[in-house]
Amino acid sequence: MKSALLKGAAIGLLATSLVAATAPAQARDTIQIAGSSTVLPFASIVAEEFGNAFPEFNPPNVASGGSGTGKRLVCEGVGEDTIDIANSSSKMKQSELDACHTNGVMDIREIVFGYDGIVFATGINEGDFALTPEYIYKAIAAKVPVDGAMVDNPYTNWNQIDPSLPDQEIFVAVPGTNHGTREVFDNNVLEDGCEAAGLPEMSDDDMEAACLTLRQDVVVEISGDYTETLARLQANPAAVGVFGLSFYENNRDTLKVATVNGIVPTLESIAAGDYPVSRPLQFYVKGEHIGVVPGISEYVAFFLSDEMAGQGGTLEEAGLVPASSDFLASQLDNFNNGVQYQP
Amino acid sequence: MSDITASGEALPSGKNVRELVHQSLGRRHRQETIFKSMGLVAILVALGFVAILFSIMLTKGLPAFWQANLHTQVYFDPDIIKGGPRPVQEAGQSDADYRQQDLAWQRQVTLSNWNAIVEQTVRDVAPDTDAEKRDILAIITSSARFKLRDMYVEDPSLLGQTVPVTLLASADADNWVKGKLARDLPDERQQLSRSSRDLADQLLADGDITFDFATHIFTNVDSRSAPASAGLAGAFMGSLYMMMVVIVLAVPIGVASAVYLEEFAPKNRWTDLIEVNINNLAAVPSIVFGLLGAAVFINYFGLPRSAPLVGGLVLTLMTLPTIIIATRSSLRAVPPSLRQAALGLGASRNQTVFHHVLPLTFPGILTATIIGVAQALGETAPLLLIGMNAFIANIPASPLDSATALPVQIYLWQANENRHFFEARTSAAIIVLLGLMIVLNAIAIVLRTRLEKRR
Repeated sequence: MKSALLKGAAIGLLATSLVAATAPAQARDTIQIAGSSTVLPFASIVAEEFGNAFPEFNPPNVASGGSGTGKRLVCEGVGEDTIDIANSSSKMKQSELDACHTNGVMDIREIVFGYDGIVFATGINEGDFALTPEYIYKAIAAKVPVDGAMVDNPYTNWNQIDPSLPDQEIFVAVPGTNHGTREVFDNNVLEDGCEAAGLPEMSDDDMEAACLTLRQDVVVEISGDYTETLARLQANPAAVGVFGLSFYENNRDTLKVATVNGIVPTLESIAAGDYPVSRPLQFYVKGEHIGVVPGISEYVAFFLSDEMAGQGGTLEEAGLVPASSDFLASQLDNFNNGVQYQP
Repeated sequence: MSDITASGEALPSGKNVRELVHQSLGRRHRQETIFKSMGLVAILVALGFVAILFSIMLTKGLPAFWQANLHTQVYFDPDIIKGGPRPVQEAGQSDADYRQQDLAWQRQVTLSNWNAIVEQTVRDVAPDTDAEKRDILAIITSSARFKLRDMYVEDPSLLGQTVPVTLLASADADNWVKGKLARDLPDERQQLSRSSRDLADQLLADGDITFDFATHIFTNVDSRSAPASAGLAGAFMGSLYMMMVVIVLAVPIGVASAVYLEEFAPKNRWTDLIEVNINNLAAVPSIVFGLLGAAVFINYFGLPRSAPLVGGLVLTLMTLPTIIIATRSSLRAVPPSLRQAALGLGASRNQTVFHHVLPLTFPGILTATIIGVAQALGETAPLLLIGMNAFIANIPASPLDSATALPVQIYLWQANENRHFFEARTSAAIIVLLGLMIVLNAIAIVLRTRLEKRR
């Protein structure tokens, strides 16, 4: 009996190592996608519907991890062990594209499929916030200008910044640097706020540091998903959290949204361009994998179709701010014509 | 104890010793009582925490196993369903050709306006509703149209017939009829429109919506577009494949190394070094194994990302030390006299080990294996680094297909933006995982007692 047992174990071992050895030779038939947690819900819905609509293809795999992670993974190289598509809520930077080229990925195509707003929200029972980029900057920057000189941030309560804000302790949960949301937050909120606050004369580098360096005592950087931000708000309802519009829309019963420059973030105000903190959502396709991994072109076309990303489509119901169908059609044309992404 | 012996020597008379013992008896009994009660308190505190944990899990998770379903009649309207009759394979037509034709037909069928059929189905049971099409579709899970399509593709003769079906209510409607969202919240804070909510209430009152046991939690894969139909089947299969890899690899390698180190290896500096390293390996945090797996198995060997095979290999590395250490200690527990007797009767060392020593350690090895596997089953951190935290919309057919694992599914669900629905789903998944753990441990105990009895 013992020898039989040992024999069985040996055969099992052999079989597993055989499987392991032959694995790379087998062609991958499932599209691999990774990146932005903001894009994740949309891409997952499309992936699932894609599997339903195209029985001949496997539904793509969609992983989270943040926009930066996605772009890094897609640029790791060409081949089956690298992913095909990076979801991103921020544009690919020149440095990221250079990393792609260094690793032999020469064909990167960008598809913008819609827009998203970044909203500021507090617990439902807290005061009403009418924010501006300047107020946010003053609340969370490490150094702020007071009487023409840069001093360590003296504010502890929102109403010290402006009497119109509630008398509430300052505590802000912002997305970590691995998230595309953070980049948009830096560009559209902090830099604008910085400008509005009127910093004293200084060199450009110093200016950028002064604008983007956050104080550590009342700012917490969230590297996980929005649920982590929500958990912070539940622990400390007075905290102000930064969310994507679709996450807020799903949790309207527990979150109260702040206006920015007097505008309430809604699908309409973002689509019209009135709400100041919005950004395009996109994904980057590795051209080298088109035709090698089956279904990539079909997935892109399906994603941009009217029933998915178009107005009144499935993704709009899930909280995407849709682009016009002309714009989506031009994106699809660019993709099919192999137009290269240029930052 | 030394006190008594010392005083016993000083006072030789037996009566005095007895008196001394009597004097200290009260103090010793008191100490015992204090220790016993402290132990009892410690156990009660531990049990209390377990009870709190379980009651939270059960109160949150059990309701998720019963979901709102709409029972109704569906009419497969020939005016809506496109594609015509299903193509049949003609004589002389090649299989590939026929398959192309069949797929084209299926696409035509899929492109039919199934939502119109779903809408009509709901209107049939609630004819006087003022709800728009949008409001009606909001209370039925969006995968209903695929369910109807699949029914039709399965049996095209349904065209023009009316058959009873059960349609799953959407996650928002489920939240609403279960009262997860406060009913007095204003419209702009609700997920469903007023007419959707009224319609759901009416259907519930009429008995068309009932709460049925949600078997799809066990049979469906994860779903984003139809959260109400999200299930654990994909994650379960992923975990199963990983555990198979772990058992096939970790048990023979672990047992063989333990037997060699304990019974055959010379005791020198090298084996000491190996022993120390195995003990260190057991203490390495699991996330480190994940990084190693990503670097070695995926980047160097080129195995696919998100594959249970890679997950299993990583978990094998993690489980090996557990099995080696436990097997070695059960080998050490075998009395040396047994080995000496066997050797004395002329058995070789090989025969001694495999005929006499190893069989005695089976219960120990089995326990170690099951503990190791249970540990591996609950491991999440290393799997996040090898891409097993992806959203996967189909059940893996082999260890090389992409998959998630049960604990990773819990992690993914707790991050879902539909908090009200997925909080319960997360707890339900935890209940399933804990249930599996309990079953595994029960098997271990049963097998061990049976093996021990036979000995």
